[in-house]
Amino acid sequence: MNAAALIGHDPGWLIAVKGLIVFVLCVLLTLMSVWGERRIVARMQMRLGPNRVGPFGLLQSLADGVKLALKEDLIPKAADRIVFVIAPVISATTCFMAFAVMPLTGEVNLFGHKTVMQLTDLPVGVLYVLAIASVGVYGIVLAGWSSGSTYPLLGGLRSSAQVISYEVAMGLSLVAVFIYSGSMSTSDIVAAQHKWWYAVVLFPSFVIYAISMVGETNRAPFDLAEAEGELVGGFHTEYSSLKFALFFLAEYVNIVAVSSLATTLFLGGYHALPGLTFTEHWLGGWFCMVWFFAKVIGFFYLFVWLRGTLPRMRYDQFMKFGWKVLIPTSLLWILVVSTLRVMSARGEPRVLIAAFTFGIVLLIMAATSLYERATRQGNVEGLPDSSAEPSFPVPHVQGINRVESNNG
Amino acid sequence: MDNLTPRDSEYGLEKAASESKPILDQSAGSFFKQLLGFWVTFVTQFKKVNTVEYPEVKEPTAERFHGRHQLNRHPDGLEKCIGCELCAWACPADAIYVEGGDNTPDAQYSPGERYGKVYQINYLRCVFCGLCIEACPTRALTMTNEYELADDSRRKLIFEKEDLLAPLRQGMLMPPHPMYPDSTDTSYYKGEVTGSHPSQESNPHV
Repeated sequence: MNAAALIGHDPGWLIAVKGLIVFVLCVLLTLMSVWGERRIVARMQMRLGPNRVGPFGLLQSLADGVKLALKEDLIPKAADRIVFVIAPVISATTCFMAFAVMPLTGEVNLFGHKTVMQLTDLPVGVLYVLAIASVGVYGIVLAGWSSGSTYPLLGGLRSSAQVISYEVAMGLSLVAVFIYSGSMSTSDIVAAQHKWWYAVVLFPSFVIYAISMVGETNRAPFDLAEAEGELVGGFHTEYSSLKFALFFLAEYVNIVAVSSLATTLFLGGYHALPGLTFTEHWLGGWFCMVWFFAKVIGFFYLFVWLRGTLPRMRYDQFMKFGWKVLIPTSLLWILVVSTLRVMSARGEPRVLIAAFTFGIVLLIMAATSLYERATRQGNVEGLPDSSAEPSFPVPHVQGINRVESNNG
Repeated sequence: MDNLTPRDSEYGLEKAASESKPILDQSAGSFFKQLLGFWVTFVTQFKKVNTVEYPEVKEPTAERFHGRHQLNRHPDGLEKCIGCELCAWACPADAIYVEGGDNTPDAQYSPGERYGKVYQINYLRCVFCGLCIEACPTRALTMTNEYELADDSRRKLIFEKEDLLAPLRQGMLMPPHPMYPDSTDTSYYKGEVTGSHPSQESNPHV
């Protein structure tokens, strides 16, 4: 029996129990990840991070939550009150919904029922996740708009533009996965990876997805929507107390959500690492969950590592990268993948497939070397003449003759 | 206060400064060269942290750190402050309030005629510039290295004379008590009085 059939036989109370388990896991993971991020980033900066509340500071995010809940809840006079209240709710609820289709385990026994740890199995599961993520953007846009203030509006607009641009690249990177697995259902995609992970087979797709998921979640180095140096706090500048906490929660649940999707689509989902398949039968199949969350935490570490390493990008660079690099690359890659797929489906000789692949590689190498030569020449021509008098007024400095010093 | 462990002086920053080389190559380098940044942050995770876990671990301050003030005593216990108010006049933040009083044979607090009857320093105003120390003609006012001066009310941060006076050390007697026999204030300032005399213990007029 496949996952869809197993889920179809679930009684109502079992669905409720599974929903509760998924929700609790998400919240716990979020609390832990806030703490984990702060500790890891701190170590990367030679600090200790939160270590006061509870053992190793583990309860820090709980304490922060309590603090936020006890704060005064302000609604600015200029705000649109109804939308202002609804926006964080939209953000926080939609990010949880993506987990409905994440397969956390294979076949397990839950209160005497044979089932899989997955709330539902839609035939278009991955599209559903993308759609939900897009609805989540409404939370940000509406928050920015309803605040009745300049910076939140700018932050909200930036954020929506960013998420929409990177969703295109993300969607395109998933096309190759759909072509290979022949399905959009998450459980089928996991099943299709039993031999080779798609992170290996479709490596370019994986890289594009990994980049666009950082853009999608508004995280460093793509956190322009809440660039505190430019926009104060971005879309949540005017928010306080629990409403702010909801945005905070949404950000981290979103990270876990995109990491889970990446795990499901590219890293073999809940399956064990190659060579450790025997562990999947421990604890009656529940051990798969350990593998799933280990992979998710791995992705989370990647997020933190990026944040600790890279400076924030400029907005135009960011948009240029999305539209002029990621999307064209994705499109080209899809062309190659679909051609290969059709060739193998038709049973073309292996020599032909190998020749095609080799040709593509040669083409890419030629294109990059041409591009590099072009940019190098362009750079030499485009360099400003440093010896010339600048076109803008400069203060006169006693004892320094600008023209002479430049010529000498 | 006994469980406070002093920290060794190996600061990561000092080490980094001694190891740092001038940056000569300003070019961006190749893609893989840029990825070196990831290695830097990864390796840093396993390095020793610079954090001083303050309430438990306390770094000693610099030797001449400007901390809380102290009103010093002569070796026999008499106060050095003569209530001249020069510190109060020197203070740019108007943080010091002094009222002088006359020493009487019944109550001798400092050698000579006058002593500081009321002495207050307002630590909400003090900027720890040390001009009061420079102004003090008898070296009565100096600064300690104590920096833990936070409190939860304004009143508690106005330090009175008894908060600022130095503790009695070996051989000192709590004033008021008579001056050292056969001495003048000048002999105190010349450092000729090196301790208390038995006759100072019993105050004849009390």
